Amino acid sequence: MHCVDPGESFTTWRAAARGLVARDVPPAEVIWEAPVTSLFESAPVLAPPVGRGGAPAVPPAFVELAQTVACHADTRRWALLYRLLWRIVKGGERRLMEIASDADVAMARMLAKNVRREIHKMHAFVRFRKIGEAEDGRERFVAWFEPDHYIVEAGAPFFRKRFANMDWSIFTPKGCAHWIAEEFQLTPGVMRNPCDDPDVMEGIWRTYYRSIFNPARLKLKAMQSEMPKRYWKNLPEADLIEELSRQSSGRSQAMIETPLREVKRAPVNAYLDHLRERSAPVEVPEDPADVADLSLTDVNRMVHACRHCPLWEHATGAVTGDGPDNARIMIVGEQPGDREDLEGRPFTGPAGKLLDQALAEAGLDRSGIYVTNAVKHFKWTPRGKLRLHQKPAAGEIEACKPWLLAELSRVAPEIVILLGGTAAGSLLGSGVKVTRHRGVVAAPHVASRVILTVHPSYLLRVDELRKESEYRQFVADLKLAAGGS
Amino acid sequence: MDLDQKLSILADAAKYDASCASSGATKRDSLGGTGVGSTGGAGICHSYAPDGRCISLLKILLTNRCLYDCHYCINRRSSNVRRAAFTAEEAVRLTLDFYKRNYIEGLFLSSGIIRSADHTMEQVVNVARTLREVHDFRGYIHLKTIPEASPELIEQAARYADRISINLELPTQQGLDRLAPEKNLGRTKQAMGRIRVKLDDAADRKRGGDRKLRHATGQSTQVIVGADPSTDADFLARSDELYRAYRLRRVYYSAFSPIPEPSSILPPAAPPLMREHRLYQADWLMRYYGFSTSEILTPENPNLDLHLDPKLAWALRNRHEFPLDLQTASRDQMLRIPGLGVKNVDRLLGIRRLTLLRLADLARLRISLPKVRPFIIVADHHPAREGLDTDRLLARLAPKPVQLDLFGHALR
Ligand code: SF4
Repeated sequence: MHCVDPGESFTTWRAAARGLVARDVPPAEVIWEAPVTSLFESAPVLAPPVGRGGAPAVPPAFVELAQTVACHADTRRWALLYRLLWRIVKGGERRLMEIASDADVAMARMLAKNVRREIHKMHAFVRFRKIGEAEDGRERFVAWFEPDHYIVEAGAPFFRKRFANMDWSIFTPKGCAHWIAEEFQLTPGVMRNPCDDPDVMEGIWRTYYRSIFNPARLKLKAMQSEMPKRYWKNLPEADLIEELSRQSSGRSQAMIETPLREVKRAPVNAYLDHLRERSAPVEVPEDPADVADLSLTDVNRMVHACRHCPLWEHATGAVTGDGPDNARIMIVGEQPGDREDLEGRPFTGPAGKLLDQALAEAGLDRSGIYVTNAVKHFKWTPRGKLRLHQKPAAGEIEACKPWLLAELSRVAPEIVILLGGTAAGSLLGSGVKVTRHRGVVAAPHVASRVILTVHPSYLLRVDELRKESEYRQFVADLKLAAGGS
Repeated sequence: MDLDQKLSILADAAKYDASCASSGATKRDSLGGTGVGSTGGAGICHSYAPDGRCISLLKILLTNRCLYDCHYCINRRSSNVRRAAFTAEEAVRLTLDFYKRNYIEGLFLSSGIIRSADHTMEQVVNVARTLREVHDFRGYIHLKTIPEASPELIEQAARYADRISINLELPTQQGLDRLAPEKNLGRTKQAMGRIRVKLDDAADRKRGGDRKLRHATGQSTQVIVGADPSTDADFLARSDELYRAYRLRRVYYSAFSPIPEPSSILPPAAPPLMREHRLYQADWLMRYYGFSTSEILTPENPNLDLHLDPKLAWALRNRHEFPLDLQTASRDQMLRIPGLGVKNVDRLLGIRRLTLLRLADLARLRISLPKVRPFIIVADHHPAREGLDTDRLLARLAPKPVQLDLFGHALR
């Protein structure tokens, strides 16, 4: 039997464990405890570790777990860790750490979980009290905490980072941490809270605690599972729990019995008037002829209220045309995409970027062009976590057509560029195919010059080989509008 | 009115907002700065109120004066509550004083609407700006925004906050028309859309190397359950749409709660808190377990079963999918086994490559055997398919009425 003193920390245990492994001492032959001097003359001298770098190679996952387990207060942890180490380096179980359901691994993970939880609770439940200020104005705070495990060292870096510009000390029976004048120091534990004068803010904090509690939802069990009673004695707010719980049923009963209050008339207020105006229902005529003499602004207001097809329901809002209402050129796309739907403006997403670039190359300035879509709401279908663009159906294109015609008649452009099949279908009928009729088409009812080309989103999808040539062709089509040939 | 009195009014006024989470911020700390604060990702609950909810942030209203008349809200103009307002300086001081004592992770600031959306937003943004720019505060800030506020102000809010949110309150416009006449679903969606665009752009800039950029990382919303006749299907469909379209981090479901100044057009009774809990569970299944809303609820049954958790309910409706062999089932299949969470599924996937799974393995992973046993096959357990077909299964698995002790917070 070997009786080995594991020391107090992971470092001292590791040194001892390395020595034992190097001398091939199996776990069953080690008792991990501080030697009692009457039985042992002195702690056994362990042979220096052997091999490359001295230490047996262990997976980082083990070291990480062992470091955490070492903070646990359970004295059996050292034997457990040595058993794991032995199985990994001597027992041929190199991948042991991956078997979370192994009895030893499961036990170690549970201890580690307790430790991590305790560290988390330290971060949550340490309550600083301000005790003064240094001459340079640095505020000085102290706290008292009673952890179950040896977590002060592991828990302290959090406070250093968070409170770098204050001086503070955290006193606990299991070690103390100090950050004073930007010096960090650990000192041995103390048995009593060295500062029991309350801080003036504690009263205000208690007011907050009292006020944020909803008496209609008393749930003491849920509360205690997250804030166990053993922490309560050092939390300034905890002694309110009893009082608040006791009053809660009376308070919620009183609420239920309070006479109901009638609705109060809205005050005269310009902002509320403006809201009401914006929310006022808009009559949308079924017959397109009824919008014949309305302005573009009025038409667009109706588009936003349009329920002529089901697409409005799952879109953010309608995306109406954008650009000068007396533009010489009008571009008609298919429908807004994800980005356009979010921004409420046409052609702002990837296809829009490409269009902008092509327009510039064709010598056209987007800001002078009226840009719109054949269908005004985004049609999508769920895919994974996304909204996937879907082609509008013929009925939806038809339902939306009156709005496009209204835009066309108000803007009355000289040139119309139709991007893709949907726009062509809407204004030229389904017989017209982009592949066959690409270029200038005769459609005097639309505009004196009508150009049909692909939709830029097609250019984003087309395979790499044809990308460049398709793009050149697209630019060439746009040039037909620039006055060139 | 002194600070203590103001705090009691303005924290009381804020307590009906369910969100208090402080998770999801970019990592940062006060080293190298002049002020206090850090954020680490996970968020810390610094205390728990007797209602079981965590206290992570100083959650206050800047003022509880309000022009709106939302009937579920204690601060509506028809209400007779005492009114108060913090000055920006007071809100800043309280945040810093509480923060330095390690009472809180930061500030959750909302406000009643005074004068106009923009005027109110300016006040709210001003507090956040002062904290960040004057005091170099690096803790968490959550700002509530108003859909009608100008995009420039929402942009500023996003610059100073870690999280911004706009409360949807009710899933349908009809509900809003009746209970919150000043609110509008379309405008709320538009504002969320603009926020998402801003957050996406900021994330792109960060990926592109703009490490210094400080910007909110997410948005969330809250809906009130049980104040109008909306079904659970209405809530889940709306949530699904919001998660997809606006990439919300979270939808908070808040069971309508009796308030001290009840309005005459509210339902007489509060909904069971269990309904709120079931919605959180269903929401969770949609986001992390690959369930679609139509698998959880159907047009014939648009409400969740209060007695059965939605995953178990789904499994009982789809018994033909079980039992599943844990040694060979795919991850997606395993995620649908009642009693198996994401973490344990991933652990099992790792373990089964190295060893044969047995019931004892599951027990050591602290998986509830009574719950999973009927649905799984492992080396030492092959349940008879018939076992799944008996109604006794339902009787055995349906929990006895238990006291509800889980909230959305516990599910985080
Ligand atoms: S606007 Fe409505 S929800 Fe907001 S505080 Fe006022 S009454 Fe409450």
